[in-house]
Amino acid sequence: MAAQDPPPEPRRTDRSPWNWLLVVPVVLPLLTLLFNRDEPRIAGFPAFYWIQLCFIPLGVACTVLVYRMTRKKG
Amino acid sequence: MSSEHLTELIIFGVLFLVVSGMGFVAARWRRPTSMESLDEWGLGGRNFGSWITWFLIGGDLYTAYTFVAVPALVFGAGAAGFYAVPYTIVVYPLVFLVLIRLWSVSHVHGFVTPADFVRARFGSPTLALVIALTGIVATMPYIALQLVGIEAVLKAMGVHGHWPIIIAFAILAAYTYQSGLRAPALIAFVKDVLIYIVIIAAVLYIPSKLGGWGSIFDAAQAKFDKTPAPNDGVLLDGSNQLNYAMLALGSALALFLYPHSITGVLASKNRNVIKRNMAALPAYSFVLGLIALLGFMAIAAGVKPITTDGKVDTNTVVPLLFDQTFPSWFTGVAYAAIGIGALVPAAIMSIAAANLFTRNIYREYWRKDASEKEEATVSKLVSLVVKVGAVACILLLDPEFSIDLQLIGGVIILQTLPAVGLGLVTRWFHRGALVVGWAGGLIAGLWMLYQIPNVAKKKEHFGGSAFKLSEFGFDTTMTVYVGVLALAVNLVLAVVVTLVLRGAKVADGVDATREADYTADEGDPKVKDLELSSST
Repeated sequence: MAAQDPPPEPRRTDRSPWNWLLVVPVVLPLLTLLFNRDEPRIAGFPAFYWIQLCFIPLGVACTVLVYRMTRKKG
Repeated sequence: MSSEHLTELIIFGVLFLVVSGMGFVAARWRRPTSMESLDEWGLGGRNFGSWITWFLIGGDLYTAYTFVAVPALVFGAGAAGFYAVPYTIVVYPLVFLVLIRLWSVSHVHGFVTPADFVRARFGSPTLALVIALTGIVATMPYIALQLVGIEAVLKAMGVHGHWPIIIAFAILAAYTYQSGLRAPALIAFVKDVLIYIVIIAAVLYIPSKLGGWGSIFDAAQAKFDKTPAPNDGVLLDGSNQLNYAMLALGSALALFLYPHSITGVLASKNRNVIKRNMAALPAYSFVLGLIALLGFMAIAAGVKPITTDGKVDTNTVVPLLFDQTFPSWFTGVAYAAIGIGALVPAAIMSIAAANLFTRNIYREYWRKDASEKEEATVSKLVSLVVKVGAVACILLLDPEFSIDLQLIGGVIILQTLPAVGLGLVTRWFHRGALVVGWAGGLIAGLWMLYQIPNVAKKKEHFGGSAFKLSEFGFDTTMTVYVGVLALAVNLVLAVVVTLVLRGAKVADGVDATREADYTADEGDPKVKDLELSSST
């Protein structure tokens, strides 16, 4: 039985220290104390709104960086 | 009554018909040799590239109901409704790390549903049944709510009665039956392009008519200052901040446990398609953020929601805002965007629910040796039943009831997190403990939802999802999202019962997956291929 097992594959892993960077876009948007305020306004937007909208490009940047740094070579 | 809305109706109708035609033609798009398997009908051949996946998942997650209900919430409560933005930021990194493993293991083993995975991972048909039933129950009211989205648009055009919705859903059912997941994938292109056009036009055009963003926010604050409710306003207050964060987190965790999201992920071609999409999908979150702000614009524009039978329907504020500010031809485009926006998720949801039934109930308990063709046939028929059920929900029950069910749905789908989400990362939990945890979380969640009144809607129960911590004896006015509390109960039970069962040496199921399966990619051998090659 054991003889018919498929040959062991080269070890692959999805672990990487870069993954920790993804903690930033998960935790930052949940910390309401950081952005629950009116001033400073930008283009009429209270801070509460523009700061949270700014978290979107931040999240994208973190995800892109982790993707590029953990991509398999070849 | 509707002559003043004639242009809108014509444009809405034409776009709706074009999209329906596309739905039928989709069966020939990227044509497979045979449609008669769930891989083809239910997952579009598991072969969608980055662009199609972006439109498909975007069209799937950002539903018509979202577009109508989120600004309605902002209109009514202010900042609390903006939770949709942090919620859709938090979700993607989680998928990037965890759900991608579901794609890999499903690729190797040919899983179609999350319950398929749980069945193999924990060797427990019971646990798989529980996961499948939870998924179906959570999805049904979600489909019904898509109808609420269409209804809001129709009401704004002066069309009342249920016939238009029945016809729309009959067409939807017919082309989903024929084309499977290819139909929503193709329609999603149109839907998303229309939504982007409408929203960009709205945020550029409407604020200039209302005196700029600053005065929009000020008008909103002035309105909230006049209301007796303590928690509304342009900012959060002390008692709802924790709820805001927990609702965002809980909704993010729930989003990718919904069967229809998993269907969208499993239909993609390889791991890199998913990873690239997790970086690109937040573009929709930006649009959603702008859509949420339409609620404030409606306040500033003095929109009065439509009242039928003495009930105020705040879901009509966005359609009415468009009607008041846009020329009528563009209002027609905007309405079509919302209406078509309901079709894409409704189709994917009904496919996902049908697959759960076929794979984890029909095949498991009635026909163990069902062929691929038989599975596809059953799923197609069940997708019809699901849609009839959704229409019946809206026709026979108070729509308010569907909204309650949707609220409950989000809380109960979260209870599959330990088995599905954590199961992807660890096999530590005992299968029995996961069932106990699920049941405990479910009961706790339903009990808490039952306790929550809604003064504004004059309801004693199921009035919302924010649970007062003072009910537990804490001296605070803070509230927390029920789903997260119920999940905590679930997790504690799962851990404790696992330790007890391990201590008592109760037999645990066999794990049919290997560690390497969770990182497999396109081109790696599948179990089905290995079986075939070893039998020759």
